[in-house]
Amino acid sequence: MSLENKYKALIEAAGNGIVSNLQVREQDNVLYIDGEATGATKQKLWDLYGSIDPDYASGDLMLNINSVAGIHEGAKLKVTTSRTNLNIRKGPGTDTEVVGKAARHEIVTLVRKENDQWWLIKTDDGEEGYSFTQYLTPIEQ
Amino acid sequence: MKLQSLYMPFLLIGMVFIFSCKGTVKDSDLLTAINEKIQTNPEMTGLTATVVEGVVTLSGACKDDACKSFCEKTVKAISGVKSVVNNCTIIPAVVDTPVVPEVSDALAQAITDACKDFPGVKTDLKEGVLTLTGEIAKDKLQTLMMSLNTLKSLGLKKIESAELVKK
Repeated sequence: MSLENKYKALIEAAGNGIVSNLQVREQDNVLYIDGEATGATKQKLWDLYGSIDPDYASGDLMLNINSVAGIHEGAKLKVTTSRTNLNIRKGPGTDTEVVGKAARHEIVTLVRKENDQWWLIKTDDGEEGYSFTQYLTPIEQ
Repeated sequence: MKLQSLYMPFLLIGMVFIFSCKGTVKDSDLLTAINEKIQTNPEMTGLTATVVEGVVTLSGACKDDACKSFCEKTVKAISGVKSVVNNCTIIPAVVDTPVVPEVSDALAQAITDACKDFPGVKTDLKEGVLTLTGEIAKDKLQTLMMSLNTLKSLGLKKIESAELVKK
């Protein structure tokens, strides 16, 4: 129960109706918080997590917030790499060939979700392939 | 003796009449009684019953054996029910999903993908526990951890990053 105390502020924030399908469970000294939320909510929860454990180094929390569950085919996505272009690949994995690039802050279209890590996207120039979701931010309506 | 032979046939006819009435009227009455039980017992919710000459056939879903036999006993206890054909199927209540799923074959590759843009970070995955070593820029740590934490859905149990140097 000590973990629930440690992350009390985070659990309370998540439990405030902003996370759907929220589950908070503890197993083998790790607290698991699972749910679905918007990108902005996920960011807020992560910042809160960072204020409790500044380096995320305790190894006692898995904060699994899926911010892509509500994103559907045809959605517009912004390329949010930190500096570089985004690779567009032939298949869902960094072990596959790069078939195109999308510039930083370019807007692309979601064609299909392969999994939570890789999405099939299409650029306005017609380049199509798989990109890593970490660098794709849905444009929230 | 004459009198007796006169009313005997009437008596027999009367008896047959009573018994046959009992059989035909009761089926619909029985069904009403059974439906009342179904409506008032939460255990029996969703069950349907048919009655043919006092024989009740129950169908529907029960959550376990105890529920199935409870439904049968409840119906059997209604007077006039000759027997019960219990065709209820047992559909167990949804079992809570495990906290962490089994380690997926895709986990190792997904970790490689997530760490690709953080070349200073070294990874070691053992039985669902990921140990991070090496170094990372402090302002990039959150991005990496966000990605890695979603891999719980592929069976990642825990991330040990105490040895990872944050610069």
